Amino acid sequence: MGVDVAVRHRLGNFELDAAFQSKGRLTALFGPSGSGKTSLINILGGLLKPQQGRVAVDATVFVDTERHVFVPTHKRRIGYVFQDARLFPHLTVAQNLGYGRWFTPARERTAQTGLIVEMLGIGNLMARRPDALSGGEKQRVAIGRALACSPRLLLMDEPLASLDDARKAEILPYIERLRDEARIPIVYVSHSIAEVARLADDIVMLERGRVAAAGPASQVLLRTDLLADQERIEGGAILEMSIVGQDTDYRMTLLRSAAGDMRVPQIAGANGQTVRLRLRARDVMLALKEPQAISGLNILRGKVTAIREDASGNVDVTVGCGGQPILARITRLSRDRLAIKPGLPVYAIVKSVSFDREAAALAMRGPET
Amino acid sequence: MDWLRLSPEEWVAVGLSIKVATVAMIASLPAGIFVAWLLARRDFWGKSLLNGIVHLPLILPPVVTGYLLLLSFGRRGPIGSFLDQCCGIVFSFRWTGAALACAIMAFPLLVRAIRLSMESVDPKLEAAAGTLGANPVWVFATVTLPLILPGVIAGMILSFAKAMGEFGATITFVSNIPGETQTLPSAIYTFTQVPGGDTGALRLTLVSIAIAMAALFASEAMARHVGRRIDP
Repeated sequence: MGVDVAVRHRLGNFELDAAFQSKGRLTALFGPSGSGKTSLINILGGLLKPQQGRVAVDATVFVDTERHVFVPTHKRRIGYVFQDARLFPHLTVAQNLGYGRWFTPARERTAQTGLIVEMLGIGNLMARRPDALSGGEKQRVAIGRALACSPRLLLMDEPLASLDDARKAEILPYIERLRDEARIPIVYVSHSIAEVARLADDIVMLERGRVAAAGPASQVLLRTDLLADQERIEGGAILEMSIVGQDTDYRMTLLRSAAGDMRVPQIAGANGQTVRLRLRARDVMLALKEPQAISGLNILRGKVTAIREDASGNVDVTVGCGGQPILARITRLSRDRLAIKPGLPVYAIVKSVSFDREAAALAMRGPET
Repeated sequence: MDWLRLSPEEWVAVGLSIKVATVAMIASLPAGIFVAWLLARRDFWGKSLLNGIVHLPLILPPVVTGYLLLLSFGRRGPIGSFLDQCCGIVFSFRWTGAALACAIMAFPLLVRAIRLSMESVDPKLEAAAGTLGANPVWVFATVTLPLILPGVIAGMILSFAKAMGEFGATITFVSNIPGETQTLPSAIYTFTQVPGGDTGALRLTLVSIAIAMAALFASEAMARHVGRRIDP
């Protein structure tokens, strides 16, 4: 399963000129508003016809302007979850769920509505109408409706952007289950680094209509120079670690990876399970000697591999810890005092409390497809 | 209260009026929905011209509309003679002609009501239906049409009421033939033209009022019922 896009499209002053390929389970189109994310996903879904280019999913070509191919939306069998749930107000939840199934050719009806309903926890809502649902419930039904037509690709356009934090926390686990269990590749549009870091296998970072960086999430998110100012403070490395123990007395979980061991606030999960950890650059301190008598529990040894200074006068230092890059944000003053330069051995210190729920409880399950 | 009892001829006029108005309303509905859809959802060359033509009967004197119908749909008119020869359809001086005149006079009201409710349907819902595999015809049938139903009903009632009251264009186009083209307004008009016709005119006036009120109540009730289903 793969998505292959290369398109050009001009809309007034805005020019989209983007190409990317993805084989991941969840590919995030990430960038500030106005960077062309929604245009790109609409081109994938067939809601926007590109002036030039080619769009293919697997072996099926949806758009090829040179050969005058354009498959209309309703023939693409691509599920689409919009930011506003767009449930049909005149139908019940059950009827909304059944809508797409009815148009799916019988031999391609692989989705099992019962499983979808169970996975999204919407069984008790079936008889209601959309206006009697909360924002989070609406979005779950919208996800179910898109899945029920057995799509070969699922598009999600900022599905959490119109929800408050509590509702976001309610939906995120369902999207994770979807990614890990449904075996349908997802293209996910977002401007939130927290969502992208938590969900994405691959990231396509867009900037003013162009692809600024693309690749596995753990590599692309190191490029803090590409982040918008308000997102940069959230930037940092992603570590995949496995659970090696639970400390019930102190309610902490011990994690292990090539970078070293880490203690984080308790994560529910069995030993051996993989956890994805977002290590915000601003939460990482650097020391030249191994610190003694310090409250920070996580001390990782590594070597400075790169230094990047941004316009605001801060410095992002990449530290390689056992082959795993970690990003630390320090001031220029600290850099000069410690005389930090590539090749220097350093210790990276991370307070366990800096992992909030958002950044830590990120189990990634199931084998890669 | 004997003066309230309708004569057989008056009953015929009442029945004919209801028949003409009902046929006019139902026959013009598909065209009304299509034109409303064109005006609400499509951009094309000549859109304001179409809009103008649709609204013309609202502004022109009804006699002018009736005369234009007579010129084009009369037996010697270009459309009338063609329809007569090819399919044996005759409008002039028949009740079908009265229905045609009523349908054209009521068309602007029908289109307006449907167009307004169609413009209030979010095109994003239609796009969502497309992503779920519905082709444009199915999108219209399963999403747009159910959502504009209150507007369609309101338009139908308006159209019916307008057709019940249509006088000028009807009498110009198909004259005032008892039993064939003499609708309620024509019958009332006839009564007022003969000595001693006052009680007859009054009787039919009361009937007109009763039918109009019943139509209004029916539209209210239906709109409320449909509205509850769509947007409680």
